[in-house]
Amino acid sequence: MDALDVAGLLALGFAAGVSGGLLGVGGGILFVPALVVFGHLSQLEAVATSLVAVVLVGAVGAARQREYGNVRLRDGLVIGVLAPIGVLAGVALANAVPERALELSFAAVQLGFAWKLAGNAGLR
Amino acid sequence: MRLAAIATAAGAFSGLFGVGGGTIIVPLLVLWLGYGHREATGTSLAAIAIIAALAAGAHAAYGSVELGKGLLVAAPAVAGVLAGTAIQQRVSERAVAGAFVVLMLVSAAVLVF
Repeated sequence: MDALDVAGLLALGFAAGVSGGLLGVGGGILFVPALVVFGHLSQLEAVATSLVAVVLVGAVGAARQREYGNVRLRDGLVIGVLAPIGVLAGVALANAVPERALELSFAAVQLGFAWKLAGNAGLR
Repeated sequence: MRLAAIATAAGAFSGLFGVGGGTIIVPLLVLWLGYGHREATGTSLAAIAIIAALAAGAHAAYGSVELGKGLLVAAPAVAGVLAGTAIQQRVSERAVAGAFVVLMLVSAAVLVF
């Protein structure tokens, strides 16, 4: 890694954190490509390493949001603890259904969410 | 019951694509449980911390975690999340919702391309 790589990791790390705090996501969508391109990691290593950063973003962000009164802790804990059931289902699904079909169906789900949320917030 | 459904969907998304699941948790909390956007993002972060910790532990068992490089992105990310949550308190719920709609569109585009 040279200075440019380090700068890239720091910059994208910061951007991921800001979007995480604003939007309630972990930042993996930025961490993973950053670690592949600037960290020279394989996709698997990047995903595994990204999760460490996601834990910190989630924990620090949730603690700060709790001070602002924006966390329903019980609901968050229930979702966090039950999610591994879904992970098992997801991994089984990933091995049964072609990857392209999964990508396209999830993209459709996200577009549906975008449409509904925009309506919900009076943006369309 | 709806919480369990949200958890399963987020987990499945996480297991399939190696992300935390926030892009699933936030919209479902808003659309199904009537959360405000700020509450949905705050609660999502709490859930994500747990989901990612479990997943990171499993990956660490296989030795795939590069801790040094992880901290190189995580340290500025912690500063970033403090900035992001502070900004979020100063803009309207509607602006937060609008930003999330943009994220959904980007996320869909990333999946397609």
